[in-house]
Amino acid sequence: MTDTPAAKRQRPLSPHLQVYRLPLPALTSIAHRITGVGLTVGTLLLVWWLVAAAAGPEAYATASGFIASPIGLLLMFGWTAALWYHLLNGLRHLIWDGAKMLTLEQSYSSAKLVIGGAVVATVVTWVVAFAV
Amino acid sequence: MANDTNSFRTPIGRARGLGSAKTGAQAWLGFRIAAAALAVLTILFIILVISLVGAPYEQVVATFKQPCPVILTVLFLGFLFHHAAYGMQEVYEDYIHGKLAKLFAIGATKLVALALFLAGAFAVLKIAFGA
Repeated sequence: MTDTPAAKRQRPLSPHLQVYRLPLPALTSIAHRITGVGLTVGTLLLVWWLVAAAAGPEAYATASGFIASPIGLLLMFGWTAALWYHLLNGLRHLIWDGAKMLTLEQSYSSAKLVIGGAVVATVVTWVVAFAV
Repeated sequence: MANDTNSFRTPIGRARGLGSAKTGAQAWLGFRIAAAALAVLTILFIILVISLVGAPYEQVVATFKQPCPVILTVLFLGFLFHHAAYGMQEVYEDYIHGKLAKLFAIGATKLVALALFLAGAFAVLKIAFGA
């Protein structure tokens, strides 16, 4: 039909991720994966803590010293937030798998509920951890 | 091959010989039931960890000499690493396109997950049964 080669013709593009603002349900979806991968990596810290406790007082002091350091606390805080987010959004997925709450409006309201719930749960976890 | 002309399968589909794995629905449902169990175990484990924040070494050891914390931790680790390996597999299946690389990533992750589970469970049981 036309002289331009197929590759140079103007074709419709799918949303370009660098300039396309993801809607909230899409953001919660990719965040579920990112927090899942992060939590998987974070299990290394958990296993280190348990193995150190089994290895003896010196090893335990090293592990708990790292966790109580600024970097350790930052990692733990991120891990707590990721954990609550992934847990609550996971429950949201389980509800969806039961074919409930599947309308567009409900996917927005449940997204806000999950984000708000994760923030509250994270703060409560840290307040309780240090107050009790 | 009785129904070659009436089959809905394309010739290339027949040649590849791939089809349903037959266990997809079970795997799907099993993962979700295990995930629901993990959600409960996670909340219980968080409570256990909070009770040990800033605790001296002796208290940590004494805690893991009691049956309930040990059983909870081993169960939690089992469900956690099963969930993590399965979840990572889903991510690899979407983003890694080489057949061999995908298989290698899934296999390696399962192996590491199993090793970490055994290390964590062994550590807790060592404290529980240790002198």
